[in-house]
Amino acid sequence: MKNLLKLVTLAVFALTIVACGTKKETQPVDNTPTNTGPTAEQLAAQRAAEEARRAAAAEASRIQALLDSTTVYFGYDQDVLDSEYTEMLRLHAERMVAEGRNVTLEGHADERGTPEYNLALGERRAKAVAQLLRTFGVADSQIEVVSFGEESPAVMGHDDSAWAKNRRVELNYK
Amino acid sequence: MKKFLLIVLITLVSLTTRAEIEILITEGRDDARPIAIVPFAFESESLVVTPPFDFAKIIADDLARSGKFKPTAIEALPDRPSSVEEVDLIKWRQLSVDAIVYGKVTEKSPGVYQVSYDLLDPFNDKAIFESEVEEGTYPLVAQAQHLMLLKDKVVGLDNYRWNAHIAADEIYEALTGERGAFATQIAYVEVNRHEANPYQLFVSDSDGFGAQRIFSSRRPIMSPAWSPGGQKLAYVSFENGRSEIIVQNLAKAERSTLASYKGFNSAPAWSPDGNKMAMVLSKDGNPEIYIMDLATKKLNRLTRHYSIDTEPSWSPDGKSLVFTSDRGGRPQIYRVFLDSGETKRVTFEGRYNAGAEFLPNGDSIVMVHQSTKGFHLASQDLNNGEISILTKTSLDESLSIAPNGSMIIYSTVNGRQKVLSTISMDGRFGMPIPSTTGEVKAPAWSPFLR
Repeated sequence: MKNLLKLVTLAVFALTIVACGTKKETQPVDNTPTNTGPTAEQLAAQRAAEEARRAAAAEASRIQALLDSTTVYFGYDQDVLDSEYTEMLRLHAERMVAEGRNVTLEGHADERGTPEYNLALGERRAKAVAQLLRTFGVADSQIEVVSFGEESPAVMGHDDSAWAKNRRVELNYK
Repeated sequence: MKKFLLIVLITLVSLTTRAEIEILITEGRDDARPIAIVPFAFESESLVVTPPFDFAKIIADDLARSGKFKPTAIEALPDRPSSVEEVDLIKWRQLSVDAIVYGKVTEKSPGVYQVSYDLLDPFNDKAIFESEVEEGTYPLVAQAQHLMLLKDKVVGLDNYRWNAHIAADEIYEALTGERGAFATQIAYVEVNRHEANPYQLFVSDSDGFGAQRIFSSRRPIMSPAWSPGGQKLAYVSFENGRSEIIVQNLAKAERSTLASYKGFNSAPAWSPDGNKMAMVLSKDGNPEIYIMDLATKKLNRLTRHYSIDTEPSWSPDGKSLVFTSDRGGRPQIYRVFLDSGETKRVTFEGRYNAGAEFLPNGDSIVMVHQSTKGFHLASQDLNNGEISILTKTSLDESLSIAPNGSMIIYSTVNGRQKVLSTISMDGRFGMPIPSTTGEVKAPAWSPFLR
């Protein structure tokens, strides 16, 4: 499989070279000597522009990553949103407002404590997320809150690392 | 709707009998009463060489599970009597057991067995026996000078094990004065993640045998609760994407949705008279306890607080309920009296107390209590507030008390597996009931069924 991929890559590469070569031959060659290169300022401006472009690309991908991330995690027996999720939820809210999309907020708890209490805790967590989305302009009608308590863990296991991944609210777009 | 009905039909039709569940004894105790349970003799006119189940072993396992009795190992039995004439009292006195159970199974025709058994006290010289063949019911007739009468009944394949549990109940009551609760059932949820409908609701005998699947779903099932007569189960099902309260008639396999309000619908608890259902609904914004009149479906809201109020459990007299609330900052047990509406906090020790249930006498509750070592079952005396921690396991939840108040079944984690476990009410005898397949949770002990 790997070899096949290599072959295909090579073939594409070869074709590209051939194509470029053909193109060059049919175009007139410019022999004008270029004595005057870009000035230092021009270079600096180019570099700055390039950096800005890279920064913008990085920012765009950072934002995309936040929009792609759809899970908010909570502390033990906590329903308070960590401030690290504020921006992520603002971005989701902006998109929901812009695109009129609806979301189901699924609240979950870890297995410790009783299942019935955890069902209530899961709802509280989902409602904390709903509240913040509303603060950022999302309409009530766009949000549905469902709690699964401890019944639907993301990760199986009975230790701290599993529990941390199970105390969560999932944003599920409809 | 049609599709939904079809799914319900399919799941109800596919009632299956399941493999038997293995039983492990983990903790012994030294004050359990020694009792000799002799393997029953078997007679058959056909070619059948063994009865379908070991009647004596079922009795012995039941009595052992109560924590109150320690059956003698079969190898240590001095004799194998099967009728009173064969009992040599001297041998049994030397064994120093409190009582002997022996008996005989006779195959009358294929699948029909006559079972007779006696319970006798070897230290009672006046121990004499009378035979009483009864039909339908088999009440215990205790007499002053000896413990129990000879029993003689005809059973079939389908009620063979059940009759062994009834025998264990009779023996338990004769020896302790307390009604036995072996001929009862447990409802529980099993999760088999590799199956199309991973969430499955089962009803089995109290020893984990004879499990019947009564409902299965793609989505979670929670909180099974028995009606006081034992004919119906209420439970929470997520089959429609969110929690709703379902009532299912076990004999007729009929299901109906009892509560499907906005928000979540959870923690159903039948009133002792069976006319009302306490439940937790978040329809008004946050979890509150309601009591529904089952005839009119009218709701009466019991709690008014912005905190979590959940897990209502009725007092045996039906006049009050205990529930879990974090109105004080942490989950603790509160009690509300229905006539006055007065609410009192019950637990003060420990940072987390939840999921309480009354003992049948109404004087104590058992709950999930968080200590520094984890979540254990603990009992609290309602008169003096004294707490006793009952379990050594540390992720305990979903407790349910046997109808005679002698044992508790609960859900815990054993190694990496979620399992059911039982513990005697004094916390001195515990026994996990491991599932052969997936994780098992949310046990609910049935009321007395006979």
